[in-house]
Amino acid sequence: MSELVPTIREICKKYGNDRARLMDMVREVQESIGHVPREAFGLIASEAKTHRVEVESVVSFYSFLSDKKKGEVVIRLCDDIIDRFQGADAIGDALIKELGIGFGETTADGTITLEKTACIGMSDQAPAMMANDTVVTNLAPEKIPGLVKQLRENPEPQALVTEMGDGNNADPLVQSMVCNNICEAGPVILSDYRKDGGLRKALTQTPEEVIEDIKTSQLRGRGGAGFLTGLKWELTRQAPGPDKFVLCNADEGEPGTFKDRVLLTERVDLVLEGMTVAAYAIGAETGIIYLRGEYSYLRAFLEDKMNQRRVAGLLGNNILGNEGFNFDVRIQMGAGAYVCGEETSLISSCEGTRGDPTDRTPFPVVKGYMVSPTAVNNVESYCCAARIMDKGPGWFSSIGTERSAGTKLLSVCGDCARPGIYEVPFGTKLREVLRLAGAEDVACVCVGGPSGQMVGPAQFELGISYEELSTGGSVMVFSNQRDILEVADAFMEFFVDESCGYCVPCRVGNVLLKNRLERVRKGEGSPADLDYLQRLGESVKFTSRCGLGQTSPNPVLSTLKNFRPVYNALVKDNGHGLNKSFNIMKAVEDASAIAGRRSEIFHA
Amino acid sequence: MSDAIKITIDGKEIEAQLGQTILEAADEAGIYIPRLCSHPELKPIGSCRVCTVVCDGRPQAACVKPVMDGMVIENETPELLQHRRNIIDMMFVEGNHFCMFCEKSGNCELQALAYRFGITAPQYPFQFPEKEVDASHPDILLDHNRCIMCARCVRASQELDGKNVFQSIGRGFDRKIGVNGEKALGDTDMAVADRAADICPVGCIIKKRVGFEVPVGERLYDKAPIGSDIEGVRS
Amino acid sequence: MSKPRVATTSLAGCFGCHMSLLDIDERILQLIELVDFDRSPIDDIKHISQRCAIGLIEGGCCNEENVHVLHEFRENCDVLISFGDCATMGGIPAMRNNIPLEECINEAYRDGVTVYNPKGIVPQDPEIPLLLDKVYPAHEVVKIDYSLPGCPPSADTLWAALTALLTDKPVELPYELLKYD
Repeated sequence: MSELVPTIREICKKYGNDRARLMDMVREVQESIGHVPREAFGLIASEAKTHRVEVESVVSFYSFLSDKKKGEVVIRLCDDIIDRFQGADAIGDALIKELGIGFGETTADGTITLEKTACIGMSDQAPAMMANDTVVTNLAPEKIPGLVKQLRENPEPQALVTEMGDGNNADPLVQSMVCNNICEAGPVILSDYRKDGGLRKALTQTPEEVIEDIKTSQLRGRGGAGFLTGLKWELTRQAPGPDKFVLCNADEGEPGTFKDRVLLTERVDLVLEGMTVAAYAIGAETGIIYLRGEYSYLRAFLEDKMNQRRVAGLLGNNILGNEGFNFDVRIQMGAGAYVCGEETSLISSCEGTRGDPTDRTPFPVVKGYMVSPTAVNNVESYCCAARIMDKGPGWFSSIGTERSAGTKLLSVCGDCARPGIYEVPFGTKLREVLRLAGAEDVACVCVGGPSGQMVGPAQFELGISYEELSTGGSVMVFSNQRDILEVADAFMEFFVDESCGYCVPCRVGNVLLKNRLERVRKGEGSPADLDYLQRLGESVKFTSRCGLGQTSPNPVLSTLKNFRPVYNALVKDNGHGLNKSFNIMKAVEDASAIAGRRSEIFHA
Repeated sequence: MSDAIKITIDGKEIEAQLGQTILEAADEAGIYIPRLCSHPELKPIGSCRVCTVVCDGRPQAACVKPVMDGMVIENETPELLQHRRNIIDMMFVEGNHFCMFCEKSGNCELQALAYRFGITAPQYPFQFPEKEVDASHPDILLDHNRCIMCARCVRASQELDGKNVFQSIGRGFDRKIGVNGEKALGDTDMAVADRAADICPVGCIIKKRVGFEVPVGERLYDKAPIGSDIEGVRS
Repeated sequence: MSKPRVATTSLAGCFGCHMSLLDIDERILQLIELVDFDRSPIDDIKHISQRCAIGLIEGGCCNEENVHVLHEFRENCDVLISFGDCATMGGIPAMRNNIPLEECINEAYRDGVTVYNPKGIVPQDPEIPLLLDKVYPAHEVVKIDYSLPGCPPSADTLWAALTALLTDKPVELPYELLKYD
């Protein structure tokens, strides 16, 4: 430990020994020595002028942080349902075989640690994994022996990347095999556009006029909640406080969503332009891009883009010669926590604490980051805002439906011929999306990710919009070869893993829902278990504190609604009141093995 | 008073003060809204969700929601009572609550709520998780089996004792209360006189050598349900 | 008209709940006016002889024999009542539920500080029922109609519940009678 003291001191100093940058400190300690040792908690705490338990609180919250020593290379196999259906389990088996260790273990020589992780945003090129920050896509079992051999010889995961993806994925600062898979470019975001045209026009107007334009355009938040962006900016502008902040939510953690990955690769300037417009409109000088830990391979590239904009006078002081308009942006890295996509959690995380959500009275627009008025918007929302300023609110609101203006980026994945990004006008029918993506024999589509809705063919005529099928981008397609309840079960597993545990219904209710769903799937459930799921799910939804818990029962509730026959076929009445869920043979298994004899009373 | 406003709870109009939470206003009016994590001396955090009410059509935790003039609140509807009962059941099955030998029995707010709701057995299966007992402190026992993660101790230590003995660590079902010491509570500056030592609603933080002081039958919730004191205010 | 029959059993319990049943004192005379007792440790009848109206279950299931008995009760009783904390939530025996079975057995027969067992023999006679992996509350094994918590539930609690059932009244315990300790 003593040899680490200078390193740790140096890291803390780099972040000004500022308690609010604790996240960055522990992240960098982890990067530099492979973990955040418990013995270092006290030192970090004293350097950052906080308490030891606060450091432990942060380190124990994020799944990419650890107080246990890990290998030089940490392999994180993406374990979402799309990857599983594309063969992630076989990849896992191959990794276990080649490495000679199980998940959660490290090779004896300390080189490689094997783990599973939630969706890493590569569902269009699954199965995929991360090796440290390097993303490896389109895995196949036969590639694993070579891959492991290479990592053993040279524990530098970047060497695994031999072929680059398209577009900026091949940029020297990215050098990733990730592909954009842009399948449909719509008029707002993915078509060619006039760089910084929106910002230049905005600066000719007053901030109030900019807000008025955004309001007129009817732009609503692209993260899925659909709050009116112009109204949010107006409230932030009007809220009292000397400092105001513009936060960009790039914590794209909803499984099956990967459109922000593409925007941050191909439309960084548009994102930053939109943030700058927002800063001008609300009167902010500081912006933060909260980048999910899984996308850290894009970090250097983003930093470089920000630098270029500083040089070009598009960030920094007196932007585009506009005396007194100062705005700059920093990146806050996440560290593996889905809940940080919830805006108040994201703010907690930016402030260097664990990502617990906070109460939304007051709302972030009044008291957000550093208790100051803060506008948190989605990556895509900023892109839209910049384009609205350039092309005018009327142009924007003429696209889409009356209540859902503009286009929506969809990340389509799963059982379809062309997984990828589709920019479609709001109102486009789900059936049309499926046709574009080449999806046939579809039994179920999960719109909006696990927190959204699982719908069947009866709902395919509905349109993608806030009023019908709402989504932050995720569209997961499941053919009639798939077990729909396996999907729901995997989603519940996801929520159990990702609940922050702050409030009771989400912390406990999701575990109970998952267990009871498993029982039903095993054929051990009775019709009463379906009522149990329904009532429990409703309580979790109704009483949970933040958006995570309020949507976490959706996989169960939406399948109970839309796929009831699947459940009905699995449940049977308990004959004579003897619970099928109690399996006596399984219950005596251990004792039977210890005693070396079978049960004298019960026989299989 | 200039800040006096009117709100309606279950059809009854009551007076409230701007700056109050729904819970505080209800208490003053003699209307009991069940709660666990909330404590009059501490900043509310809305973690247990037992005080969930419907406020102008939307679910809200009464302990954190400030009152506004004209608010219409539902408190004792069959739906809300069911949701609250479900949450109480969840707390019982997520820990290891062995009331029969717990020093807090009879004075425990979780148990008292279950009594008030007439719960004879939780409807959910017991999880029987493995939890630690930290007896390292000379005067205080920390039994995680009984913790409901209300974070009263976290707040009391910070807000009332000017210390920082406790903080939440981990996440999800594995979330627990951590202590500000190398290993255990005995390594912290916790003192038995701290407010954090007697603010636990359940039997997680217990003072040593003083258990079972009050005879059965005379304990806080032996005869009258929790909340009776508040309802007694009702005119 | 024949009287309704009541059967009782103690599974993984301490018989404390049965003691509490006897604590109804002279009211037992009223009780036998109302019911006939079938299988019960009180009369030492070993198996249920005919259909019973009420079965009282003390204790959860810690071994296979408990499950067997509980099944017999469920199949032969119209109404099954968990009485006491052990039946309701596993109780003291369930404190082993987060310890692996082998560790429990070793502690009991080999490693415990008060154990004298130089040959380290663990009783293995086939007559001894196999332990379950954990202690199960009764309602996790069979359908339970009512629960009367308490360690033990007081005689008054039992009396109130039984007389309510036998007179076709709803089983609603007054506040003072619902206790978990």
